[in-house]
Amino acid sequence: MQFKKRLLTLTLMCTTLALAAYLIYTHGILGGGSEQASNAHRRSIVRLEMPEGRQMGGGLGGASQPGSNQRSFLLDDIPGVFAQDAHPNVRDRSQGETAQDWRKCHMETCFDFDRCKNGFKVYLYPRQVPVSAPYAKILSVIERSRYLTANPHEACVFIPSIDTLDQDVLSKDYVPDVGTKLRAQPYWNGGRNHIMFNQYSGTWPDYGEELKFIEQGILVKSSMSIDWIRYGFDISMPLFAKNHPQSGGEMGYLHNASNSIPSIRHYLLAFKGKRYLNGVGSDTRNVLYHIHNAEDIVLLTTCKHGKGWEKLADERCYIDNEEYDKFDYQKLLFNSTFCLVPRGRRLGSFRFLESLQATCIPILLSNSYELPFSEVIDWNKIVIWGDERLLFQVPPMVRSVPQSKILALRQQNQLVWESYFRSVDAIINTVLEIVKNRVARHLVRPSYHWNSVPGAHVVLPEWSDIPNNFPFYYKTFGETPGDHFTAIIYATSAVTASSPLFRVLKMVAKSQYCKKIIVLWNCDVPPPPSSKWPTDLGVPVRVKTRDVHSLNARFLPFKEIETDAVFNFDEDVLITTDEVDFAFGVWLEFADRIVGYPARSHYWDEALAKWIYTSKWTNQFSMILPSAAIYHKYYNYLYHNFLNPLILSKVEEVNNCEDILMNFVVAHATRLPPIKLTQRKAHKPPDAGTPPSAVAASKAVETDQLRFQQRQECLEAFVENFGYMPLIHSSMRMDTMLYKDPVSNMRKKYRQIETVNS
Amino acid sequence: MSSVASSSSLVAEAQLQTMIKTRRKLPSFYASLGILGTFLVVIVICIWWFGANIGGSIFVRDLPAELQTRTKLYLTSDSPIPEPRDLNCTFHNYSCSEVHHCGYDDSTTISVYIYPLQQYFDEKGNDITPPMSREFEEILRVIANSPYYTNDPETACVFLPSIDLLNQNFINPDQVGKILASLPWWNDGKNHILINMLPGSPNNYHDHLGVNMSKAMVAGGGFSTITYRRTFDLSIPVYNPLLEGVELTAKPFEEERRWFLLSSQFGLHATYKAQIEALTKAESTVMMMDQCDSQNFNYSIRCDYMGHQYSYPEVLQDSTFCLVIRGNRLGQPTFMDVLMAGCIPVVVADGYVMPFSEVLDWTRASVHIIEEHLPIVYDILKKYSPERIVDMRRQIHYYWQRYFKSLPEITMMMMQIFNDRFVPFVAKNSDEWNDLPNKAAFKSPLFLPIKAPKAVGFTVVILTFDRIDSLFQVVRQVGRVPSLAKILIIWNNQDIKPPPLADWPNIGKPLKIIQTKFNRLSNRFYPYDDIQTECVLALDDDIVMLTPDEIEFGYEVWREHPDRLVGYPSRLHLWQNDTQSFSYESEWMNQISMVLTGAAFHHKYYSFMYTYGMPGNIKQWVDEHINCEDIAMNFLVTNVTGKAPIKVVPRKKFKCPECVKEMLSASSSHMVHRSECINMFIELYGGMPLKPIEFRADPLLYKDNLPGVLRKFRDLGTL
Repeated sequence: MQFKKRLLTLTLMCTTLALAAYLIYTHGILGGGSEQASNAHRRSIVRLEMPEGRQMGGGLGGASQPGSNQRSFLLDDIPGVFAQDAHPNVRDRSQGETAQDWRKCHMETCFDFDRCKNGFKVYLYPRQVPVSAPYAKILSVIERSRYLTANPHEACVFIPSIDTLDQDVLSKDYVPDVGTKLRAQPYWNGGRNHIMFNQYSGTWPDYGEELKFIEQGILVKSSMSIDWIRYGFDISMPLFAKNHPQSGGEMGYLHNASNSIPSIRHYLLAFKGKRYLNGVGSDTRNVLYHIHNAEDIVLLTTCKHGKGWEKLADERCYIDNEEYDKFDYQKLLFNSTFCLVPRGRRLGSFRFLESLQATCIPILLSNSYELPFSEVIDWNKIVIWGDERLLFQVPPMVRSVPQSKILALRQQNQLVWESYFRSVDAIINTVLEIVKNRVARHLVRPSYHWNSVPGAHVVLPEWSDIPNNFPFYYKTFGETPGDHFTAIIYATSAVTASSPLFRVLKMVAKSQYCKKIIVLWNCDVPPPPSSKWPTDLGVPVRVKTRDVHSLNARFLPFKEIETDAVFNFDEDVLITTDEVDFAFGVWLEFADRIVGYPARSHYWDEALAKWIYTSKWTNQFSMILPSAAIYHKYYNYLYHNFLNPLILSKVEEVNNCEDILMNFVVAHATRLPPIKLTQRKAHKPPDAGTPPSAVAASKAVETDQLRFQQRQECLEAFVENFGYMPLIHSSMRMDTMLYKDPVSNMRKKYRQIETVNS
Repeated sequence: MSSVASSSSLVAEAQLQTMIKTRRKLPSFYASLGILGTFLVVIVICIWWFGANIGGSIFVRDLPAELQTRTKLYLTSDSPIPEPRDLNCTFHNYSCSEVHHCGYDDSTTISVYIYPLQQYFDEKGNDITPPMSREFEEILRVIANSPYYTNDPETACVFLPSIDLLNQNFINPDQVGKILASLPWWNDGKNHILINMLPGSPNNYHDHLGVNMSKAMVAGGGFSTITYRRTFDLSIPVYNPLLEGVELTAKPFEEERRWFLLSSQFGLHATYKAQIEALTKAESTVMMMDQCDSQNFNYSIRCDYMGHQYSYPEVLQDSTFCLVIRGNRLGQPTFMDVLMAGCIPVVVADGYVMPFSEVLDWTRASVHIIEEHLPIVYDILKKYSPERIVDMRRQIHYYWQRYFKSLPEITMMMMQIFNDRFVPFVAKNSDEWNDLPNKAAFKSPLFLPIKAPKAVGFTVVILTFDRIDSLFQVVRQVGRVPSLAKILIIWNNQDIKPPPLADWPNIGKPLKIIQTKFNRLSNRFYPYDDIQTECVLALDDDIVMLTPDEIEFGYEVWREHPDRLVGYPSRLHLWQNDTQSFSYESEWMNQISMVLTGAAFHHKYYSFMYTYGMPGNIKQWVDEHINCEDIAMNFLVTNVTGKAPIKVVPRKKFKCPECVKEMLSASSSHMVHRSECINMFIELYGGMPLKPIEFRADPLLYKDNLPGVLRKFRDLGTL
């Protein structure tokens, strides 16, 4: 080997020498060439001197082969690449470019992170003058936000009450001179940490995007273009109509329409709207008739809008107008699989949100449009991108979308519609969430928070930074919830040896899945000494007396809860160990829902025009009370951190309704009904002991009535707060597999359940 | 230029020393040093000479012949130069790119034309061709050998000049501008990709390639959000050839690391250095290292302040977080080292556009802090949970292996992203780019939690052969179900024609008969166009005992669980210790894991999946053996959703009231066959997807007798 190597080297040497001699002979010179080239030679030397084994790995390149190129873009410039960073001032370097031009703002240079040390707090300037209806809606969201603060000194971001929404000078809602007004704001500071909203910038004929007043503020704007947005700083929001609902809003149409494939919608692709004949954006819509076939592709435009359209009308106008009137817009929208969303004068159009709501998959024909919330939403899962330059590609493209993809697009479409767009609340809260996401760096949300069920708003990053600690992601990440639960018993009355509390304790402790029992002691007398508690329970019991004096406390995410599952009990609930075990087994299959025993329902009363709370037995239910219910511990956190503090104090005030509120929270998060178990109807022991006097009895009825009345009021207040009725009905209950079947009880696993009196 | 050169030779000497040290350990090399020295001199002369004459570029291995032409081109002082870089360019901007040659209905792959290698000379005859690096050669080679390559510029979508611009320090921007403008298909730079990793030069460190390029796209390392033209440019990593040949033994993701935070970069700014130093004093788990000898460049070792020596990049594996701080440039080759070592990069570079951030979700694999926050970086990092850290390590490993580990990966990634832009309707979504392959994970095709609309109703698909009597009885029964939308009779008998429509029971709902060409079990799951509802009830022609209430309630249950199989007869799989295999159980047990599709609801999409997407040859096997189609369906649905089927109502007998056990299921050979099916399917699925559950669905008021309540679904059988 050694010998061969030397031989090879020798041969090479000779060859090279001969070659060199020949070249010298033919060219007659030795030097020559540019300086640059000779530098290259020297660098080549460097390469050759690199330690062996550090040259080329895996036979990827030609360097290891004789005669091939040794030169490297980096190794030959080591001093340049690894040069000492000696910038005179690193702060200036970072801030430099933006200091001269606010168009170059990014978060690191135009935002004071120091202001956000106390968390993400939003300060809203006091309203001074009346604002437009849409801006009033936006401000109303901020006013109800859980991030709102009244103290500007602890605020992280500021929202001016000056209406900047419409800056089209020809518009009747145009507010002049906003720049001056903004600069007069007491905390303006060049616009730093300010968020400003705009729907219309520029005007006929060029509809420019420039808004001078924003300075170093974050601009949240409809119809932003890719080259105009300060990406990662500004936010593109959807164009929403004046009558876009404040809260609640339409559900996605998939709740009413078949999600069957192949699509049974009558039309494949539809559009109906104005066209402009000339000027910005007119080209896109003017050519649509080329692919209109009046059968499965229906693209209708009209020239009939604005004053004096006849003057500009081209020969197609009259044909188009006639065709236009043949079809109803709403019918097209809900009966088409795909909807064309071409640009209008501006890039965004109302069509976009309308299509999302109708589960009509948007086909975008709006080049350079920065889609709403594109910083966080993965639009590839929702829309099909067309290109204005390739109009004729649209029909074949649409026809080639596979069925499985249509199925997925529709569902994703509904997910984002309902999470981020269905109301002004949803839109503006998304804006706040995006800004918050940038501010707290360690809480930056991964994309699955935004782009998978249930959507980012109900997934609080402060709770956990891994998917496993949420009830929503077990299946998608191939994980399962833990195999034990923690019991929470809420105790309000003094105990004796025969107290129901001790009965519940024993029943629960016997469950093989019980890891720990936490007793929340909210009672005038202190808890009995540990000697009085049942012994030999086999599981640890913690009694907490601090901070449990509100009913909300039964849903506190105590750090002592180490399991994924929390089983909440009333101190006197009737329950057997079999029921506890069975419930846990069912919960494992439905880890994102409340699973339990006592059920309640609600319904809409047409005459009263409001939602009614009911505890009557009907064929369906919509709530499971946590007197005996198991659910994921994350919902405890959500209950205390997602809701507006006002609503929590409502519960505290009436000392009632916490169970209804929990059902609201979970239904809002999951859009699913809870799971009701078995036939049991009696969950409270009948009043034992001395028969109550007539007075006491009537008093009890009165309190019952009062409490019931409170619950009705709560339901109404919660609907008001959520902006819609999130509860969903279910008409089934889960029984054990052989429940009440005429087979021997010996064959049944949960025999106690068989004998429960219904 | 000259100062660079002289310091290079300094480095060369240093390298030589390192090399000698290394080689002393290897006596065979030591012996041949003399010869090697001579050899070196010769090579130097040789390369020098060649370099002087052919411009530093030499024959590039493995490139298609048409690229190797190497013609000469002379540019004059009045040769045109392109306009400056057009900052308004976006992908969708009409004036910046042409799309008519790119993908769409003909092909979903864009075609890339590479200009043949050429030499360029100025008026004086000086070679002004930028020198070709082996890294750029490699990139060209990868593209030329990829499906993207085309040799036809007339039909190409994208053009790649074969001019090495990786390091701006090695080029003369004016000359390069002229060269670019001289390219035959230049067209103001439209659809041209320029690849650069080190922008700027020591006099002026730009964050983008400082060459007049008009409307060309740049795949560049070290963009800032200000210079990055999103959707148009592409941020790529700064490849680090110093890692070539380095092999690191992977550390278990769960393993604790020696340090919490490590900084081991060269040439850090004094400000940052001081800040990190302060951190090391405050926290014992923060570590800072630097070059061991500032005069001798040696990338493979690092020293701490005590002078202790650590080998690099191995040392990166000993830390949980690794700082990657901007230097003169925003993009740092250190980023690659850190990814390779599986250390979580803590990127400190204001405005830096992360490599491939257009598609990669860096929140899963890195931490970003603003430069101002460097002094509090420790507190920020402490907020990450140990589980998250493990997740991030996994993600980094995945990114590294898939997208970063060598130039071919980086190059293909680049091309794929450009491809996705030009052919957006086949673009991958964020899950496809970022999700780790996970066999245990479920991607349910029906992922949206939704209660299916009631009004649409369901289609019943009855598979029948010749049992007219019981078939008609079934039709009459199911015809009374309020939510029934349509009856579809799959007439699986090719010899006998179905009775004329007039003879069928009149049920007041649409009824359609489809006579099949072959008698196959899979015909029951074919996604017929006649099924217009999303919900399908598969029914055998002898299931005469199901009541309309039971069926209507089953539909209610399915509406609440449209992603599951919802059915009536149930079965269970059981592990048998004696045979070490699963057996099929039809006894009435406390658990179930299957519902039989003789009477079960499913979403129509599962018919598509059964027909077109079942693993292995299951479909064919079922058709040949005329058995187990129901087990196959249960495997299919549970495997894709991770969700067990739901048994509805207590009924356990379905065919005839008198039978103690149902006929077919009774025979023991049948049971054996069914068990065999299960075990065969497990093999094809690579595991047992079925999962037993202990509950069934009953109407809310089942067995209740409440005064004054109008109970729904009363007509339920008991057995």
